[in-house]
Amino acid sequence: MEIFKIQFSAADLKVIAPELVLTIFALFVLILSVFVRRQSRGPLGYTALVGVVIAFFSLFLGIGKEIKAFNGMVTMDPFCLFFKVMFLIVAFLTILASLGYTKREGIDLGEYYVLVLFATVGMMLMASGVNLLIIFLGLEVMSISIYVLAGIMRDDTRSVEAAFKYFLLGAFASAFLLYGIALTYASTGTLDLAGIGEVLTRQAWISSLPIVIIGLALLIIGFGFKIALVPFHMWTPDVYEGAPTSITAFMATGVKAAGFAAFVRVFFYALPNLQAYWTQIMWILAVATMTVGNIIALSQTNIKRMLAYSSIAHAGYIMVAFVAGNELGKSSILFYLLAYVFMNIGAFTVVILLGKKGEENTQLADYAGVGFKHPLLAASMSIFMLSLAGVPPMAGFMAKFYVFSAAVKARYYWLAVIGVLNSAVAAYYYLRVLIYMYFREPERELAVGAFSPSAVLAVIISVWGVLQIGILPSTFLALAQRSVQFLL
Amino acid sequence: MGSLFHWIVFILTALTAIFAAVMVITRRNPIHSALFLVLNFLCIAVLYLLLNSQFIAIIQVMIYAGAIMMLVIFVIMLLSVEEERRTYKVRLSPAKVIGLVVALILFAELVYGIALRVLPGVKGEFTPEKIAQMGDIKAVASLLFTRFLFPFEVASILLLVGIIGAVILSKKER
Amino acid sequence: MLIKYVPVLFLLALSIFFAVFVVFLSHLLGPKRVHPVKAAPYECGMISLGPTHQAIPIKYYIIAMLFLVFDLEVVFLYPWAVVFRELGIFGFVEMMIFIFILLLGFIYVWRKGALEWE
Repeated sequence: MEIFKIQFSAADLKVIAPELVLTIFALFVLILSVFVRRQSRGPLGYTALVGVVIAFFSLFLGIGKEIKAFNGMVTMDPFCLFFKVMFLIVAFLTILASLGYTKREGIDLGEYYVLVLFATVGMMLMASGVNLLIIFLGLEVMSISIYVLAGIMRDDTRSVEAAFKYFLLGAFASAFLLYGIALTYASTGTLDLAGIGEVLTRQAWISSLPIVIIGLALLIIGFGFKIALVPFHMWTPDVYEGAPTSITAFMATGVKAAGFAAFVRVFFYALPNLQAYWTQIMWILAVATMTVGNIIALSQTNIKRMLAYSSIAHAGYIMVAFVAGNELGKSSILFYLLAYVFMNIGAFTVVILLGKKGEENTQLADYAGVGFKHPLLAASMSIFMLSLAGVPPMAGFMAKFYVFSAAVKARYYWLAVIGVLNSAVAAYYYLRVLIYMYFREPERELAVGAFSPSAVLAVIISVWGVLQIGILPSTFLALAQRSVQFLL
Repeated sequence: MGSLFHWIVFILTALTAIFAAVMVITRRNPIHSALFLVLNFLCIAVLYLLLNSQFIAIIQVMIYAGAIMMLVIFVIMLLSVEEERRTYKVRLSPAKVIGLVVALILFAELVYGIALRVLPGVKGEFTPEKIAQMGDIKAVASLLFTRFLFPFEVASILLLVGIIGAVILSKKER
Repeated sequence: MLIKYVPVLFLLALSIFFAVFVVFLSHLLGPKRVHPVKAAPYECGMISLGPTHQAIPIKYYIIAMLFLVFDLEVVFLYPWAVVFRELGIFGFVEMMIFIFILLLGFIYVWRKGALEWE
């Protein structure tokens, strides 16, 4: 029968080569982890690391023309290439930061790395899927892995609480997203993003406007939860604080970037015709997210919680670029996310290095005097904090600069003004960390274990990234611009 | 023929489904809620049947009314809900009011949207006649293993991650 | 097509009717001598104190969860079996990859000792 014809070629595999490599390595580590003794589990993390590196090189297999594979399910375009590289950097740095940390906290299970790899596969699918089905499956693979990772410290009640909260609320958010997808399907008859866009250009679609609008709203809720937009942010502080610090870094950067990848792809690729409807919603979300995130961050004394609120605020800045929606806006979303990856993972890795088993030292007061005891570490932390605050010549400054100029270019003057005011407020709590590190007398001796060399390497790479992007932003902006070209 | 019969079955099942759904969220004993949820799932299976999707109907009974409800009941038994049940009082909190209002707006908009009934969407290749002729399980299979080959394989990864998660979070380390 | 399901409907109606009828009949015919002792959960022995609902151990949960996952796998096997011939060798490979991935999951579960009742 004709309908059973299978369209498949080896070229399809090239498109998903990095996902394939990561999956194979994840399965390999999974099987290894149950066949080696507990004492000899050290190499598992390195195996995962090798997988990430090979996946990076396998990206070159798929580069070339803009092609769709598996009957238009996934694509390999510059947009997803940019994000795939970003996810691999995130996975690489996370694993580096985890190698010593997992051993210290007694969670050096093979499954830890397996789940990190699978979560990365999910993120990649979210960026490369051009069908709502794939985007949803990718989101679920990523989310379920992260739920488990958040609760992997089973003896720590806060970790278990974080996993439980994240899982329950995340399941709700997934349901909203799925409902949105279902309504979009009901009104357009297709799950293919290009197909949806095509149906919405026809005159007749206006008749199904109510359904399309509800679908749109539900999609915003679903994605808004993953990227922690106010008012869908309630889970963030508790989950970021309770989860293992390395996973917090992974969540704050990888999950957020993946959420934005799918968000941008769906809204600018499939629903650009509805821009008039969603821009207003996004405007309000952007302002609420920036303001709430920054104001609550001011009163935090736990550095993980503070960084959680700061990550909410940063999602708000990125939403400013989303609202602007012009060429610079779209490319500055990508640029901002890349800069954010380096500064945030760097900051969390420093938090990891300053703790030891049983004493996480995540209170701000614990940072008193660190500047003189560990000068290099404190200097790196200062670079990350200044970058997060948006001080030149760090990456964070250029990212904010592009975002706000995109808003001005698109004549969203108020939005730009609110954004700039917000960054001024934010500077207070980032600089407070510096003040503690350099100008406060320590109340007690800070006990820090031996530094894990791989985590130190992660910090060095992050510092390099922050400075490189901050000092030579044009190369990265050009890359980001090339990546969003097809969305125009 | 059949259209009146169809109509009667639909109305009866739909009303039972709504009744069961209301009972699920109003019962105090979680076991009762769970049993009403089974009733609701069975009604939905009948609705699938009315839409000519026997396969989905069977899956609905097997997976939802069978496996997932078993899991739900297990989880209820895992927790000691007795105390909760005795001390719990029904109160009208602001969150509930807001939730109710949002739900009503959503409902009204859905009804309005469906009442208009002009959907410009793409028409699929599997018409009811074609499904009736080839059997719906074959229709599902012909798409699942060809056009949706990739999502199908990704589903296995999703299941695997679920397995790992269940083991890691509930099994003692040896 | 739905007419094929009418026997199922009849069977359903019949079984509901029969169940209700039998209960009603025994209620009608049976002798009723009410006594508080007979209404107690146990006619002899202690009267139960406190809540009778006991929390069950978590090991039941993991079995249920694993059952669910492998049950879902079977769901995919049904349609595959129906079109097995039409799909040819490619369909076979496709399903083997799917099963292989879950097989690795099964090996993992087994080696981890999650199937043992400790």
